[in-house]
Amino acid sequence: MAIDTKTLRRDYSKAPSCLKGVGVTRYFTTGKITTKAVDHVDFDFHEGELVSIVGESGSGKTTLSKMLLGLLKETDGKIYFQGKERDISSRAKKKEYWSGIQAIFQDPFSSFNTFNKIDTVLLDCINMRGGRNLSKEKKFEMMTEACSFVNLKFAELTNKYPFELSGGQMQRLMIARIFLLKPKILLADEPTSMIDACSRATILDMLLQLRDEIGMTVIFITHDIGLAYYISDSIYIMEHGKFVESGSADDVILNPKAPYTKRLISDVPKIHEAWDLSTVG
Amino acid sequence: MKNTIKQVFHSPKFVVGFVIIMAILLLTIIYPIFNPGDPLQSLFKGSDRGSFTPPGTYVSLYDAVTSFRANLDNNSDAYAARASVEISDDDWVLMVNWFTGMDIDISGLDRTDTDAVLKLWKENYSDSAKPKGMTKSARNSAKRLNESLSSLGSEPTLSVTSADESKKVKDINATDYVPVNRVASVVRLPLGTDTFGRDVLKELVSAIGTSLMIGLVAGVIATFIGLMLGLLSGYIGGFVDDLIMFVTNIFTVIPSFILLILINYSIGQEARGAMVVAVVIGLTSWTWTTRSVRSQVISLRNRDHVNLSKLSGHSLFRIIMTDILPYIMSYVVMAFILQISSAILSEAQLSLLGLGPSTTKTATLGLMMNWAMLYSAHLAGSWWAYFPVIGVIALISFSLNLMNTGLDQVFNPTLRD
Repeated sequence: MAIDTKTLRRDYSKAPSCLKGVGVTRYFTTGKITTKAVDHVDFDFHEGELVSIVGESGSGKTTLSKMLLGLLKETDGKIYFQGKERDISSRAKKKEYWSGIQAIFQDPFSSFNTFNKIDTVLLDCINMRGGRNLSKEKKFEMMTEACSFVNLKFAELTNKYPFELSGGQMQRLMIARIFLLKPKILLADEPTSMIDACSRATILDMLLQLRDEIGMTVIFITHDIGLAYYISDSIYIMEHGKFVESGSADDVILNPKAPYTKRLISDVPKIHEAWDLSTVG
Repeated sequence: MKNTIKQVFHSPKFVVGFVIIMAILLLTIIYPIFNPGDPLQSLFKGSDRGSFTPPGTYVSLYDAVTSFRANLDNNSDAYAARASVEISDDDWVLMVNWFTGMDIDISGLDRTDTDAVLKLWKENYSDSAKPKGMTKSARNSAKRLNESLSSLGSEPTLSVTSADESKKVKDINATDYVPVNRVASVVRLPLGTDTFGRDVLKELVSAIGTSLMIGLVAGVIATFIGLMLGLLSGYIGGFVDDLIMFVTNIFTVIPSFILLILINYSIGQEARGAMVVAVVIGLTSWTWTTRSVRSQVISLRNRDHVNLSKLSGHSLFRIIMTDILPYIMSYVVMAFILQISSAILSEAQLSLLGLGPSTTKTATLGLMMNWAMLYSAHLAGSWWAYFPVIGVIALISFSLNLMNTGLDQVFNPTLRD
């Protein structure tokens, strides 16, 4: 299954803002040492857009994603959700916010509670969407539908524990979870980095299908600039906690301005060509 | 869960420890059924108190006199047996001194051959003889010994009469025997009695029960406090963490044994029952559980499955109960087992100092040691009053630690051989 989204790439800059940040900052202080993990970044993600945040390890991508999810408090700056300032001061408001934004994490092996059966994970999603009082059959039907969307058979998975699945299956189950939750924004934090190349294409394909199906905004966090170019509408390049370059995917990749972007692009190994390592610092 | 338990019971170390502790537990349950009654009941009355009675089978003298008799005519055996009991170590030394002082060759003499010894003694002893190197007092002792020995072979018949000597009950010959099972009252004391005349075995079994209970109560309290504080401190973090760790550090810095002594002293003699001591031990020994649970929780709280649980809108309580607690449960069980073991030891230490449960109604392992020490069992050589107690404490501690090591190997695969 070939992925060719270049033809699908659209300009979303006119679409209404979905998630916006002004001067978002996060410092970590241990004793006298202060690490600026995310340092005054501004961004504006539009509805329906697929945004990639690209950067090397330790550039602050995951810290930023945790702040976007509301799992980590920002030291400074403001985040606007659907035009209004985000308010997650109470648990009810957090729950409300999380019905609009969900995530897929990097490591499928640690994303599941190993003491809970797979059914629990999916039932949680149905409950969160207000389906607590649905009949057992209806819930079963919904879970079967979600699993079949990611090419899994729910009948084979029910009553199993997550550790009985392969990494690819677990990550597909994560996508099934998103299918049930139907959030407005999906934050995918390197969802394919722990998975082999064959499963990677499948997972990406499913993610993109899901995006088309429920029309959500996807914030894709990756260190792989090649992958980002293939799937994104716009790209943010992050270095040492700052966005050094941002814009539409074609602008950033084909016409890079920041030296860091150039380096990232040249670091991608290419088949049939000598690998240019001259930019490696 | 089922799988984990199965795995645990495949660990030989755990199984050995478990079997020992279960055997001890069964003993405390089953023994009182076969030997009912108050374990602290004194077997003796009045003037007979105040001596450690050695282990053995005790036959009622009164019943022995009045019960069925058989005249077994193996006179020489009975005589020799009586004589061998009669000639004590001191007497033997005295005899040897006499013989050597009189230049009599005793190289072929065997002490156990009572007949030969007595024969040699009777042939050579005279009141007027003055063996070399013997003082007058030693000669007097030899004279007394001679008198007691001379009565041995004469086989007098004993007459038992009623107290006013009006009625003769029975004549007893040296060759009279009584079958033990025909004597109405026989008391078996496998571990003798303590200084209050209480059956040590019965007391010990009841003490094991009380001490295990103290260990369990203290262990539950310490583990519960430690677990709750550790979970809150580790998961919530921030000010709550700082506050809890401040208190924990204070308790860690002050040795808990000193705290125990001070608290137990201030509670006072009357209020200090076994359970009060257990609670006090529990309240002073939670710190290490808190610290280790906290560190485990901190490493868990940023895991993706916890984040996912948060994103699914679960409450703090539910996240702690379903996403944190199961992951540290194996660790908590291990800490709990160690808490039981150390609580039993703490109770024993406290009681030895006289600050343990102050009660005359129940016995604990520590109190038994305390009583044995107070009445100088160790000086009197009454080993039965304290050695079994030490053995049991060691066995309980050993089995619990063995279980813990076994669990550790199951849950930490890197420790497996």
